[in-house]
Amino acid sequence: MQWDFASVLANSDALLVGAMGTLRIFAICLVAGLGLGLVVGLGRYSRRRWFYWPATAFVEFFRNTPVLVQILWFYFALPILMPFSISPLAAASLGISLNSAAFSAEIYRAGIQSIERAQWDGARALGMSFLQAMRRIILPQALKRMTPALTNRAIEIFKMSTLASAVAYVELLQQAKLIASLNFNPIEAYTAVAVIFFACLWPMVQLTYFLERRLARDE
Amino acid sequence: MTILHVQGLAKRFGSHEVLSGIDLDVAKGERIAILGASGSGKSTLLRCINFMEMPDAGTVTLDGKVVGRRERELTAVRQRIGMVFQQFNLFPHMTALGNVMEGLRTVRRMPKAEAAARAERELARVGLSDKAAHYPAHLSGGQKQRVAIARALAMDPELLLFDEPTSALDPELVGEVLGVIRALAEEGCTMLLVTHELGFAYHVATRVIFLADGAIHEQGTPDEVLKDPKKERTRAFLARHKEFSL
Repeated sequence: MQWDFASVLANSDALLVGAMGTLRIFAICLVAGLGLGLVVGLGRYSRRRWFYWPATAFVEFFRNTPVLVQILWFYFALPILMPFSISPLAAASLGISLNSAAFSAEIYRAGIQSIERAQWDGARALGMSFLQAMRRIILPQALKRMTPALTNRAIEIFKMSTLASAVAYVELLQQAKLIASLNFNPIEAYTAVAVIFFACLWPMVQLTYFLERRLARDE
Repeated sequence: MTILHVQGLAKRFGSHEVLSGIDLDVAKGERIAILGASGSGKSTLLRCINFMEMPDAGTVTLDGKVVGRRERELTAVRQRIGMVFQQFNLFPHMTALGNVMEGLRTVRRMPKAEAAARAERELARVGLSDKAAHYPAHLSGGQKQRVAIARALAMDPELLLFDEPTSALDPELVGEVLGVIRALAEEGCTMLLVTHELGFAYHVATRVIFLADGAIHEQGTPDEVLKDPKKERTRAFLARHKEFSL
């Protein structure tokens, strides 16, 4: 057989559209997933039952169901139950964001718990409220410790974006499928996507290694 | 004039009764040294006064007003009572100046320039103007504790609580911290000081309290308690400490 990357390069505009789609859903899920994860993580840390139990149920539910199932459920099942339809982007973003929130919530909880009680004492003795102490004293220190783990989550979210192709959202994998079926070149099309992902992710992984080393040096 | 009135303060951790009904009045300008063996409840008493620990029973009255248990009341009281910890509890992600500014900025909502100016004055007061830009990791233990004192002072506390402020310091660094506390005493600051430095307590305190088993066992002027204790347990405690302070 022969490798024929020309047929892929000829469709580079389609791949570019796909790349934009990938970046878009990655950005949405990164912000929504890690943002919601912080709220859920605070719930997991909270001693208030009305906050702790829903957060815990959320984490358990979304950690123990496959993202792909969640995406398909939001796209195909939710519109049957609700009086509105939902776009592929919305369904995929919901699935990936909620799943990432569940995983990152545990990172936040562990990070917050890793800060010594003395820091809480110092903040509270100044008359800070819980939220002031959290925002000004605890989270800034905890986030520093969490950076490698959160960077890992970001990498996961980037890879999970390909699952959006299951509901025909236009992203890199979806475009590769299209190119492959039109040009009968699945080897080249999927290889190209794999290479693109590797080229984006490998530097990110190096960044986590760097951050881990730096953190280890600081402590 | 009584500024702090503590009545029937009790605290237990599990089945262990740490404080069993403490009554205490603190007048403005008083400097009370609290002594006692480890586990006698000294630190817990301080921590209950500003509600870092929630007392199980009893009341704390500040300026004639009983402190309730709502979060808002507790934070308001903590703003008026400064606390200095054994382990300093500085915020490692902020400079010395940032540490001192923090309460002013976040709690008092003071404009940045004004807070910085105030913080610089407080750092000068503890002799650390030249360390304003340093992070805690680059300060000695004595310097850290002086920053912590400046941080508490910046909030204009009506009462200062010192929880063994020199116990975590190398011996050669104890003096600089005690010097700052002594200067505050001379300015008339009202303070409660848990300490093992008997000589310092003798010279600086206006009253000495000896705690045993979570209760006030004996109290009086430094001369009464430290020179001529009435109770056997006080005498035994002092004797044990004097063995080491030849």
